[in-house]
Amino acid sequence: MNEIVPAHTIGSHVPMVDGPDKVSGRAKYTADLIMPGMLAGHIARSPYSHAEILEVDVSEAARLPGVKAIVTGADCDKTFGVLPVARSEHPLARDKVRYRGEPVAAVAAVDDATARKAVALIKLKVRELPAYYTARAALAEDAVDIHTHRPGNIERDVVFELGSVEQGFRDADLVREEIYSCAEVCQNQMEMHAALADYDAERDRMTVHASTQVPYYVHLMLAQILDMDMSRIRVIKPHVGGGFGCRTEALNVELIAAMLARRACGCVRLVTTREETFITHRGRPETDIRLKLGLRKDGRITAVECECDQRGGAHSGYGIVTILYSGSMLYAIYDLHNVKYIGRRVLTNTPPCGAFRGHGTVDVRFAFESLLDDMAHELGLDPLAVRRANYLTAPTFTDNDLMVNSYGLPQCVDWVEQASGWNERRGKLTRGKGLGFACSHYISGASKPVNWTGEPHATVKIKLDFDGSIVVLSGAADIGQGSTTMLAQTVAEVLGLDLTRIRVLTGDSDVVPKDNGSYSSRVTFMVGNAALEAAHKLKATLVAAAARKLEAKPEEIECLGEIYRAGAQDKGLTFNEVVTEALKDIGTITVTGTYSTIPQSHGGKKYRGAAIGGTMGYSYSAQVVEVSVDEDTGVVNVDRVWVAHDCGKALNRLTVEGQVQGSVWMGMGQAMSEETAYHDGLLVTGNMLDYRVPTIADSPPIEVGIVESNDPHGPFGAKEAGEGSLAAFLPALTNAIADAIGVRFNELPVTPDRVFGAMEKKRRASNAGKPARKPANRGAV
Amino acid sequence: MARILELTLNGRTRADAVPDNLLLLDYLREVVGLTGTKTGCDGGECGACTVLVDDRPRLSCLTLAASMQGRRVDTVESLGQNGRLSAVQRGFHEKLGSQCGYCTPGFIMASAGLLRRNPRPSEDEIRAALGSNICRCTGYVKIIEAVQYAAELHAAGASP
Repeated sequence: MNEIVPAHTIGSHVPMVDGPDKVSGRAKYTADLIMPGMLAGHIARSPYSHAEILEVDVSEAARLPGVKAIVTGADCDKTFGVLPVARSEHPLARDKVRYRGEPVAAVAAVDDATARKAVALIKLKVRELPAYYTARAALAEDAVDIHTHRPGNIERDVVFELGSVEQGFRDADLVREEIYSCAEVCQNQMEMHAALADYDAERDRMTVHASTQVPYYVHLMLAQILDMDMSRIRVIKPHVGGGFGCRTEALNVELIAAMLARRACGCVRLVTTREETFITHRGRPETDIRLKLGLRKDGRITAVECECDQRGGAHSGYGIVTILYSGSMLYAIYDLHNVKYIGRRVLTNTPPCGAFRGHGTVDVRFAFESLLDDMAHELGLDPLAVRRANYLTAPTFTDNDLMVNSYGLPQCVDWVEQASGWNERRGKLTRGKGLGFACSHYISGASKPVNWTGEPHATVKIKLDFDGSIVVLSGAADIGQGSTTMLAQTVAEVLGLDLTRIRVLTGDSDVVPKDNGSYSSRVTFMVGNAALEAAHKLKATLVAAAARKLEAKPEEIECLGEIYRAGAQDKGLTFNEVVTEALKDIGTITVTGTYSTIPQSHGGKKYRGAAIGGTMGYSYSAQVVEVSVDEDTGVVNVDRVWVAHDCGKALNRLTVEGQVQGSVWMGMGQAMSEETAYHDGLLVTGNMLDYRVPTIADSPPIEVGIVESNDPHGPFGAKEAGEGSLAAFLPALTNAIADAIGVRFNELPVTPDRVFGAMEKKRRASNAGKPARKPANRGAV
Repeated sequence: MARILELTLNGRTRADAVPDNLLLLDYLREVVGLTGTKTGCDGGECGACTVLVDDRPRLSCLTLAASMQGRRVDTVESLGQNGRLSAVQRGFHEKLGSQCGYCTPGFIMASAGLLRRNPRPSEDEIRAALGSNICRCTGYVKIIEAVQYAAELHAAGASP
């Protein structure tokens, strides 16, 4: 007889359970939903950057045959926004427009062409106001306030000092200060924003399908904007074509679609263009950083002073959280004690920024790892040795009260050192080639959710019925990262069953429990833990039923997945027999698992906003980047990347590798080619040619090392894998370029023209230092 | 103006009245209901809408439906046999060449076109053939592995 073994997938390579739908074209995304009689929605946008609205004249548009509904700012005086303390945005602008492209009206018509024609007939009368396209301009003393409740155009300023930087700099052997600037970048996920709203006028019910990472937040904001009871709203999240943070808050797109559907008393599909998707934005802000570090000859960092200005755009969005992350996440990667942070989030007349992958941490990490590398070089220290001199020892709390329970950074550094041949190759490459190194980290979900209700952080239900199929019900939004697969694996692992027995139902507020959504890398940690608890409860129910049937004690029952038995000689009961027995008393079985973070992880109270940065588990990453720089053209080629990521425990090695590679590559885009540009507030990079995304021809091999520090609180020991490796790429690249050509770039992206310009400057400088060359012999004069 | 378009779509002939200015992409999605082919940009930027026209990859967002008169058009829905995934589909699924899945049908059709004309492509040939398709999730590493694996499956007899 073959030995019976429970099925087991945790820690192996598991293709995604919804993969067959995606590769066959069956997977439905919001724009793929075609309903009989649906109307096409289109948004009218402001051509002004900053102006008082005098009139929105829709009379001519309304007369166009085929137009079924028009809404303007006059139709909704409610505001929305992800942070309860900063809800200042109207779905359609009312008193003022604050950026070029802000929605002012919307049309639903029988087809897209009619809707577009109607939008062109809408006339906007305004009184223009001065507009500010940089943080500096918006902060000028005589600048007009973009929002009256934010005097001086400061969304939020943050100042804290923990320890004494003055003392820290006195203790240093080397103190350096540098200025860094990072361009604004955009998620540019492949699926353009879309919503399908269906209003049932007879019963006053609204159903909205939306391309979102946060169906629950969309639900909340729909209720607020429509002034409808939440119980009358149903939110469905179909397949979502990526997010990377731009869909971690309700967007005007889904709110406007719902307003149109209610006005039209019907079904409206609103699909934005790529250009509109860029304008909806929610990307990473343009950031200026002044960083000062103190370093001792033994590699210890003695003090950090960081000043950070972010151009937040025209509305609050996540802004307050972003500027707080930029400060708090200076910690939890190295052992730091004298830290001063001055952050300013500034309102400007550009599209609103948001929570791009690596939220708040990336640009500051770029500055930090760049300056550390430069200073190590100056002191003649190996960059790896400098990191090693500053490791944390877990478990510990940082000076700003962040709880660090597992810390795999040392193993990450060791892995990339070995894999890249750092010690053998560094400094010995041919001319124009270089190696660069850097580290980064990220949270596994914010310990305190932005909407604090006192509920558990995550809830998962499992249903088991007569057919023996197990249905996992979760609000977790799979946006391509694989959360649905993670849920199936987690439940299957506990029960010892094959993945094919598990079905995961997500993304329908009528059916699944509420979930805060897919952002801040919270899902595997929070929802995974809730699924783990639910699966253990289900297993206990099944074990009790098997014990009853086998006339044994529950503790004598051995669960082998498809077989439950009471002793090795017993042939036992099949899974279906156990299910039949279990259903006898109670009928259909449903169990609930929840997860709540522990209070010690909620961050501290040492400064206002210190809770931001608190998490149950930090991921860690180390990277080595190898580059070739063409000194004639300024073109930088990334030849290869080695990255090690501490994800606690890889539940699925395939998806962890995919997430880490995707993060590194997205960091590469920001570092080398991606940047938005505006001309008088007009976005001039609203397409994928001018907003230059790396193609497969530009993209390097990325070798991934998985480090497993087995977090004591993570599900099976897991932490996040989808964000933490992004930030390290940026400084690892510029450190590699510095190694290759001796020029250090503090401005991102490092485009060929910037590299060429810098090399020209270097050539001129070195020529200037030399005695003037004799004029070449040009023949007789 | 509209005209009657006759073509072979996914192996079946059909005739539809189409306006002269209708894009092949919108014909496939909105008229026929084959939504596997995706709209990812405002025209010619991303490759998500790639289909095969007489076995050659083509951007359906830059192609007028009316120009497909008498042509053979294949979309992602045409792949696979007897309800099982094709070699390229299997490669993208099993090697995680697909994460969010939105660019996937375009990548799969560009890859299928490559394998039909070059069953054993080198890595450089794969990079060249997929150079006009954008993916935002994978960093392309696993896409290359997916196509290499598909070529192996194809060599072993699976349909591309």
